[in-house]
Amino acid sequence: MTSYLSMPSPFHSTEPVLSLGDVTKVYRSGSLEVAALRGVTLEVQPGEYVAVMGPSGSGKSTLMHIIGCLDVPSDGSYLLAGEDVSEMSENDLADVRNRRIGFVFQQFNLLASMTASSNVALPLAYAGINRAERRARAEASLARVGLADRVNHRPGELSGGQQQRVAVARALVTEPALILADEPTGNLDSTSTADVLDLFDELHHAGRTVVLITHEQDVADRAGRVVRLRDGLVTDDSALSAVAGSGVRS
Amino acid sequence: MTWFDTLATSLEAMRTHRMRSALTVLGILIGIAAVILTVGLGIGAQQQVTAQVEALGTNLLIISPGSTTSTTGLRGGFGSASTLTQADAQSLASPVVAPDIAAVAPTTSSSQSLVAGSSNWTTSVVGTTPSWLSVRARTMSAGTFLTNADQASAAPVVVLGATTATELFGSTDVVGQSVTIAGTPFTVQGVLAPSGSTGSANNDDTAVIPLSTAQQRVSTGSSRTSVQTIYVQATSQAALSSAYQEANSELLSLHSITNVSNADFTITNQASLVTTAASVSKTLTVLLAGIAAISLLVGGIGVMNIMLVSVTERIREIGLRKALGARPSLIRRQFLIEAALLGLVGGLLGAAVGILGAKVLPDLISNPVALSMPAIFGSITVALVIGLVFGVYPASRAAQLAPIDALRSE
Ligand SMILES: Nc1ncnc2c1ncn2[C@@H]1O[C@H](COP(=O)(O)OP(=O)(O)OP(=O)(O)O)[C@@H](O)[C@H]1O
Ligand SMILES: [Mg+2]
Repeated sequence: MTSYLSMPSPFHSTEPVLSLGDVTKVYRSGSLEVAALRGVTLEVQPGEYVAVMGPSGSGKSTLMHIIGCLDVPSDGSYLLAGEDVSEMSENDLADVRNRRIGFVFQQFNLLASMTASSNVALPLAYAGINRAERRARAEASLARVGLADRVNHRPGELSGGQQQRVAVARALVTEPALILADEPTGNLDSTSTADVLDLFDELHHAGRTVVLITHEQDVADRAGRVVRLRDGLVTDDSALSAVAGSGVRS
Repeated sequence: MTWFDTLATSLEAMRTHRMRSALTVLGILIGIAAVILTVGLGIGAQQQVTAQVEALGTNLLIISPGSTTSTTGLRGGFGSASTLTQADAQSLASPVVAPDIAAVAPTTSSSQSLVAGSSNWTTSVVGTTPSWLSVRARTMSAGTFLTNADQASAAPVVVLGATTATELFGSTDVVGQSVTIAGTPFTVQGVLAPSGSTGSANNDDTAVIPLSTAQQRVSTGSSRTSVQTIYVQATSQAALSSAYQEANSELLSLHSITNVSNADFTITNQASLVTTAASVSKTLTVLLAGIAAISLLVGGIGVMNIMLVSVTERIREIGLRKALGARPSLIRRQFLIEAALLGLVGGLLGAAVGILGAKVLPDLISNPVALSMPAIFGSITVALVIGLVFGVYPASRAAQLAPIDALRSE
């Protein structure tokens, strides 16, 4: 089945990119149970730019991992572009992560033994694209994040901000419709933060759906919508408040 | 991701952990080299023994005096009695009595000092009949062998082995020279061609004289009438067992023995000598190869160990690869190829070391090492398979990791 996610012109679609219904996540370690998510319901429309905020331990990363198909909910439903994720096979999930989602990790997660361009090209290798095209697209993606002169550097030879931009370049290289970023600016200084945030603005304007986690209000201000989490529950959603305030959306 | 990409990734991982990969490869290498060398030593020993026995001649029965079983407690052991005579040999040679016997060579043998001018040399002097040459499958390199005339007249003539000739005269061009044996001067009438056999018993260090001459001029005591060994050649391989029957019943009746268990002679089949010798060395080969196989197994466990360490150590990498869209089958393939490569490299290097060892070892331990191509290619294949088999478990572990668990672990 084809989905609009594979061709990012999402404004004409009515189907939400993400639809979480009463999602819970309980971690068990021995007899101890930790409820990281206690019933999250969330819908994100195509082309939205959403910032997720909340205190440490409120379940932001857990939510993001579930959205990114890296983890599965304990209960509740998750539809990605209308498809039930819980019914997908391991291989389908791998393909979804590969083609539809670009994930930017808080810890960069670059492979130290590979050059910047090899790191960026990795998702393309799993997509079955040939070597020459992989290299060309990786270099184009690195150029887009301003690292055209660093393609053959290894992560250890790059600054934290540059490493994060390599990670962003890797998330973009497959042209995914959905970009997920877990505190992408958490480790960066103000200049690098501005660089990376400008990139997300650009992606948003190009029609991609962006969901990012942040602790900083000025980062959240750039997003069109802010979702606040506390103790595994959504306490505030600016989209819903807007609906309540104006009554414009149905 | 193509097979080529996966191969490149695996090679890259091996390169990154050079030391560890090298040690793992070493484990396999030692196992494979040990297998190739032990099997080679075993086959070499077998071939050597077979060659030695076959150097005696073809389709041969060897009749020795005495019995191998001591039934009465009074009788001597194998070869101690002097019950065989030249008359026995002559009866066996009769085509009427024994149609399946082609030729018979009665022999006596004693260690004698040979003197030629100022040099002397001690060797075994064999007294026998003209048929010895064909029965023992020997040829002449110079001169002529003993003749019936020599036998009839008990002529003082001798045929030398190549080694003996060289030791006495410094060359093998010695026909017509004179040699003194037990005080009697002998004329060298011919020289035997080298038999080409290897091993401790040197068939080229010998001196052959007519049986009659030996009995009259060289031997002492009972050897004057008896012979030590009668070599019997069957007409063909197929006729061996009937030749055996004919020789056995003829000798029993000649010696007036009714109870077979009282036989005062023993007939040995050359083939059974080969079989016995071969089975001894085969047992040894199996034992050694077993030990080598165990070392190979240990090498395989080494591969598994290293791959498990590798999976644990690269758990974040695996998590990331899965997060970026690697299917489980691809992760499995990557680690399987890595394990198979470790095995294959170990196998190739082990085969190289084994071949090198097979070239060097015979000079050091004076045992032949036979290299067999099936053993070499077989063990390389086994090394590859060991890598694969012991890589399956670690690779499956890697493939089944949940991406987020793998990413989060430190
Ligand atoms: N693998 C796990 N096992 C057990 N508990 C976990 C696990 N992962 C997260 N938790 C717990 O779940 C809760 C939510 O964690 P999560 O990482 O989602 O928080 P967060 O909002 O991302 O916090 P931060 O802002 O510090 O990153 C925390 O109480 C945490 O201890
Ligand atoms: Mg977090």
